[in-house]
Amino acid sequence: MTTRVRLAVFSSGLVLVAALLVDGVSNLPPFGRYAGPYGDIVARLVEPQRHMANAVTAVVFDYRGFDTMGEELILFAAASAVALLLREMRDHDTSDLVEGIRSDALRGVGALAAIVTFVLALQVVAHGFITPGGGFQGGVVLSAAFALVFLTNEYRAYNRLASSSFAEPVEALGAGGYVFLGLLALALGFGFLENFLPFGVTGRLRSGGSAAIVNWSSALAVSGGFALIFSEYLQENVAVRHGRVGK
Amino acid sequence: MTILPYLLAVWIFLVGLVGIVTSRNLIHLTVCVSICQSATYILLLAIGYKSHGTAPVFADIPTSRKVVDPVVQSLTLTDIVVAVAVSALLLALALKVFEAEGSLDPAEIAELKG
Repeated sequence: MTTRVRLAVFSSGLVLVAALLVDGVSNLPPFGRYAGPYGDIVARLVEPQRHMANAVTAVVFDYRGFDTMGEELILFAAASAVALLLREMRDHDTSDLVEGIRSDALRGVGALAAIVTFVLALQVVAHGFITPGGGFQGGVVLSAAFALVFLTNEYRAYNRLASSSFAEPVEALGAGGYVFLGLLALALGFGFLENFLPFGVTGRLRSGGSAAIVNWSSALAVSGGFALIFSEYLQENVAVRHGRVGK
Repeated sequence: MTILPYLLAVWIFLVGLVGIVTSRNLIHLTVCVSICQSATYILLLAIGYKSHGTAPVFADIPTSRKVVDPVVQSLTLTDIVVAVAVSALLLALALKVFEAEGSLDPAEIAELKG
């Protein structure tokens, strides 16, 4: 199919899409006048019913925890597929390659930044039900701490830290733990992923009930998944630059 | 204008779509897919917005305060994380294609010719 034919097919399809878009947009509620009711109900109930201050995290890990499990498993599948595809391309071990940053100043600042980022990530996850944050956001920040180790220190240090000892077991623990918590609720006579622990006091670190554990397991799954993706791409990149590619 | 945010979402979606159709590079294609996806974030957040509503976090505001819809915000937040993972997967596929065919141009790759 030539480019011209493809564009012709595309523009005829575009007419249909345009009609659907005009129809859809003209039937949306005017901007700023959200019609509800689900969001309004959640916002009104979240504090009295669940003792959580952050309604967004409450929806993610409690009210709609089941949907988040689906998202979690998409992330798990995507990270595993990246590892599968890239590992199949490499038949050389790259763990012995030395790729270091030689500037002491950069190494020192980098190590400090990694530690600060790590603590910040734990903070964001832990306060997920109180202030903006939670397992997803904190998990991404946590994996950024590992990326900083690579960027400012050493490839081997990153490999030791993230690749074998962190990424795979933590991702598996996070994704598996999420499903396990759902089944545990079932076994205890609650609904799947229903919040089965006491809700605690709003605004305290120990609030959120069992959804707080779901929050932590999702932080593990997200950070493990991203650390795995990073380390697969880094190994690929290092292997190419050292000429260790091909069969 | 009360539909401007929706039009922004439509515009971003269409720009991404045109990019996908005319793309001559699989990495460029992956970026276009992410652009299409970012239109959904704007659409979701625009639908849930209430005039003069604040963030649905009641740590330091009374529960009687008018807030925007928390449900669409949760959808957007999980959407962003998953979109990044999917982009990573698409880029890994592009790497595989380059390894097998020596090119990233869909027009030059026999099995991707439409």
